[in-house]
Amino acid sequence: MNEITPASIGLSREDLPNSYIGRSVPRPNVPKLVQGRATYTDDVTLPRMLHAAFLRSPHAHAKFSAIDTARAKAVPGVFRVFTGHDLAKICDPWVATLDHLKGMKSAPQYPLPLNHATWQGEPIVAVVAESRAAAEDGVAALDIEFEALAAQTDMETALAAGTVVIHPELGDNLVFTRTAESGDVAAAFAAAHKVVEARFVTGRHTGVTLEPRSIIADYNPADETLTVYHSTQAPHMMQGVFAKQLRMKEGDVRVICKDVGGSFGIKVHVYPDEVAVAAMARIMGRPVKFVADRFESFVSDIHARDHRIKGRLAVDTEGRVLAFDIDDLTGIGPYSVYPRTSAIEGNQVVNLCGGPYDFKNYRCTTTVVLQNKTPTCQYRAVGHPIATAVTEGLMDLAAEALGMDPVELRRRNLIRDDAYPYTSPPGMRFEGLSHHASLNKLLEMVPLDRIRADQAEARQRGVYRGIGFASFIELTNPSPFMYGIGGARISAQDGCTVRMDPDGSIVASSGVTEQGQGTEAILAQIVAHGVGVPVNRVKIITGDTQTTPYGGGTWACRGAGIGGEAALQSAIALKQQILEVAGAMLQAAPETLDIAMGEITDKASGKPRMTLFELGRIVYFRGDTLPKDLQRELVQTRHFITKEYPFAFTNGIQASWVEVDPATGMVKLLEHWCVEDCGRVVNPMLVDEQVRGGIVQGIGGALYEHCVYDAEGNLLTTTLADYLVPMSAEMPEIHVGHVETPTRESLLGAKGAGEAGTAGAPAAIMNAINDALKPLNARVHEQPFTPERILRALGTIA
Amino acid sequence: MKWPAMGYARAKSLAELWSALDAHGSAGQIIAGGQTLLATLAFRLSEPSTLIDITGIPELRGISVQGGALRLGALTLHADLCCDPLVKAHAPLLAAAAPLIAHPAIRNRGTIGGSLAYADPAAELPACVIALDATVITVSAKGERRVPAAAFFTDLLQTALEPQEIIAAVEFPLTKRLGAIEEIARRSGDYAMAGLAATLHLEAGRVIKPRLVYFGVGKIPVLAAAAAKALEGRSLDTASISAVQAALAEDLDPPQDLHGPPEMKRHLARVLTERVLQGFLREKVQAA
Ligand SMILES: Cc1cc2nc3c(=O)[nH]c(=O)nc-3n(C[C@H](O)[C@H](O)[C@H](O)COP(=O)(O)OP(=O)(O)OC[C@H]3O[C@@H](n4cnc5c(N)ncnc54)[C@H](O)[C@@H]3O)c2cc1C
Repeated sequence: MNEITPASIGLSREDLPNSYIGRSVPRPNVPKLVQGRATYTDDVTLPRMLHAAFLRSPHAHAKFSAIDTARAKAVPGVFRVFTGHDLAKICDPWVATLDHLKGMKSAPQYPLPLNHATWQGEPIVAVVAESRAAAEDGVAALDIEFEALAAQTDMETALAAGTVVIHPELGDNLVFTRTAESGDVAAAFAAAHKVVEARFVTGRHTGVTLEPRSIIADYNPADETLTVYHSTQAPHMMQGVFAKQLRMKEGDVRVICKDVGGSFGIKVHVYPDEVAVAAMARIMGRPVKFVADRFESFVSDIHARDHRIKGRLAVDTEGRVLAFDIDDLTGIGPYSVYPRTSAIEGNQVVNLCGGPYDFKNYRCTTTVVLQNKTPTCQYRAVGHPIATAVTEGLMDLAAEALGMDPVELRRRNLIRDDAYPYTSPPGMRFEGLSHHASLNKLLEMVPLDRIRADQAEARQRGVYRGIGFASFIELTNPSPFMYGIGGARISAQDGCTVRMDPDGSIVASSGVTEQGQGTEAILAQIVAHGVGVPVNRVKIITGDTQTTPYGGGTWACRGAGIGGEAALQSAIALKQQILEVAGAMLQAAPETLDIAMGEITDKASGKPRMTLFELGRIVYFRGDTLPKDLQRELVQTRHFITKEYPFAFTNGIQASWVEVDPATGMVKLLEHWCVEDCGRVVNPMLVDEQVRGGIVQGIGGALYEHCVYDAEGNLLTTTLADYLVPMSAEMPEIHVGHVETPTRESLLGAKGAGEAGTAGAPAAIMNAINDALKPLNARVHEQPFTPERILRALGTIA
Repeated sequence: MKWPAMGYARAKSLAELWSALDAHGSAGQIIAGGQTLLATLAFRLSEPSTLIDITGIPELRGISVQGGALRLGALTLHADLCCDPLVKAHAPLLAAAAPLIAHPAIRNRGTIGGSLAYADPAAELPACVIALDATVITVSAKGERRVPAAAFFTDLLQTALEPQEIIAAVEFPLTKRLGAIEEIARRSGDYAMAGLAATLHLEAGRVIKPRLVYFGVGKIPVLAAAAAKALEGRSLDTASISAVQAALAEDLDPPQDLHGPPEMKRHLARVLTERVLQGFLREKVQAA
């Protein structure tokens, strides 16, 4: 489907790794980041800039009417106060539903609500002032009377009769439900040799980016343009959102995304406080800055993973999986989050449960309900850790029921490596996965015999250690089937423009974005490889809607797979154009020439013929000496979108080795392994660190991170002293291995690698803890696995 | 959140401090390492008009042995506790406690005076000073007072300090005794879910004057009286350890917190008791 095949550019696939692609090229932007010379949004200061602070709802659910702003306006430094009604005059509300999620509903959401507060921490009133401190003083001087309402906080009662309906106009608290069913589930369970079941809970947690959400919006009445400096993953998407909500033309909005200090999915959503900032800038004609502080981040950044899942698994006497039957329930807060919606996570659970295994009978329902808590939405590995925990937790229960080794049970059921293409019971199409090769590779890395011997010996001493495994699949390189078909203006394609400047240096601008994960590094590698120049001659531009080709940005693992392919194709096109020009200059057929390390060479002998510096000099300054009709466009653009498969699935397997202290309920992570298959590895060091970082975030969900609410809907974990993130001292040695099954959809062959670690780690840890606790007849399926929960499982405390 | 607007004054001597405190009255607030205060200011929990920095006052500094006691100036850093030779020789319990407090960056600024004055019930040093039977030396314009550590902590985040009075130093008796500290924290450097700082003498195999101080389990560090009684005069063995564990029911009335219910804290206190006392037992066996 690509016009350019490896053969057409004189490369075999096997040649690709013998270049920058496949090498651990250091990231060009690292010195800047570690020397403190990055430019984050908060580093940007504009003339006449004002600062915003928000009064946030102290109640989970309340009505309010009169807002007295007089005292706030009198505070020194305060410039203006905005209420929901003020902003509604120029800013339209949004409704976050997707057409392909049948029956989905959600209420219109305004940048600031008009009279109804629906979660504690919701922005209600904005104060703009000369400094953030003065704006906060203004917030403290606002007089607003809330009439507290009963809050709907327990997802289990969200649909019960007589419950609080958060948005009465919706009729009930149901946002979305979907059941996928295939085969004959009832018959499979009836005929089963063993049936195991469990109730799983995944804890509500959040992304905790080092750099909080940050935005500066600047409306220039002279040319009627809005420029937004925004710490975001998706500048082009946000351009469209600001334009639509503020009733502007998309072309009159420019979103610039400077350095971003982490995002993990947190920064790909539309936040009411950020839209409010844009609306206020539009009204005042002055730049407004808002940087969330940590307290605000905890109550207003999206949360995720608040699920309760009941699962059953049926196996036959051989240990073959007959059927999965899963019931998922999730509470998403009072609004579905725009534009991706908050139904996708539950939908992913339906798509992914049982994913690694070859079986026929499947039923999975997700029910997505409203709650008076912070809205939830897509966070790193959306739905994957939930589906993997349920699937792999049930597999371990089945192994125990069968008296079979958990590894053997997996080996018997993993989809065969030669079975592709393969369609899973919920309809996911797999182009090519490597479950068995990955398992085999993992077993080469994990000293299983030594571990089992150590485990037995330790138990004699009253020390409880356990090992757990988790196979997983990961959905990457999404096509428009993810959001586009649902009507969302979320681009699944991405583009890259590569040009050569007079001195032979290369500049590439790409629609994918850098969040600190190294996107720009791999783009530089790919472009250097494609053109044939040293990687330090390549500069990368990302994060500016006015200077980069239209694209989707960073989400769902697509930077390398989609953005990388666009970069490769445009680099190759530029190379061909350069060789045309060089051929004319050197009076040689372009096919007989090549570019290596920035020099035109004779392909056969490798002999240097001319530098790109010289070629640039002639093209740009002595174009008169070239043949009149010679094309000399030393700039090329290519866009890429996947066409054959809705998603490029990846796979992998993790193992976790832990020690549980039954006296205290504390879990010590001893060692962790992951083998994953993200197709072509562009930069092994970056992929390994993506996997490690992802595992650490998975560990966070499994052991530490939890947004804890009281029964009234007050968030209790609003500082980093109470919301525990994983810290280096507790992290185990993490070993990473790879199997490479490149996707055939692209020349590059890369799939996503960013979410694999997070997808599998919680399940592996859960299984390891339960393996450790087995002699004590205790089991945990509720994340995070805190000392309290482990002590309860042991019966130590009631 | 941003700090409220406030002034800053740096006192170079106690005399300067008294006049600064006098000038600002109750709106002035002392700052030492700032490791607790600055965080609480960022939450706007209090809005002092002026911070009065005491870190330049020489009278509050220094580690010395004088008058039969180890004296630690209020400005002694947590980081000093782990490596100072006098602390190691005379109050090794403090050296053992220091690595449990927060992280190196915080230990490089946080002071013993600040820790005791703030009186967090889950903090290590308040428990240690009680276990070591120390004396808190306070000073104000009116002069010095000596407050036994066990009487210093009065309620949640409350101490025996009077308005405009500060901690000048802490004195530890030079008694030789066994000491140990153990805690159970979710992550290294976190405030403990429960902790125990303990000292005792062993004479002819019998426990004399045990001081078991539990932290993170009440409004103040708890010097467990019933537990001490259960241990006093007995030999250290599994029976006496069980007796101490049982006696704790009388000593502890822990609150519920994010980590778990009171029952869990009681359980963890019993586990810590076993671990600390077993540790002494092992030392005894090794010594013999
Ligand atoms: C992330 C983090 C983790 C932490 N973890 C722990 C931990 O695990 N265990 C632990 O014990 N502590 C912990 N701390 C607190 C740390 O130990 C502080 O250093 C200590 O509590 C306060 O000491 P300071 O010198 O910084 O006091 P400051 O913050 O300067 O002052 C604290 C209070 O004491 C008053 N004060 C200070 N000095 C005096 C004095 N000489 N006389 C009278 N009043 C005074 C101040 O007015 C203020 O009210 C942690 C802190 C942080 C930021």
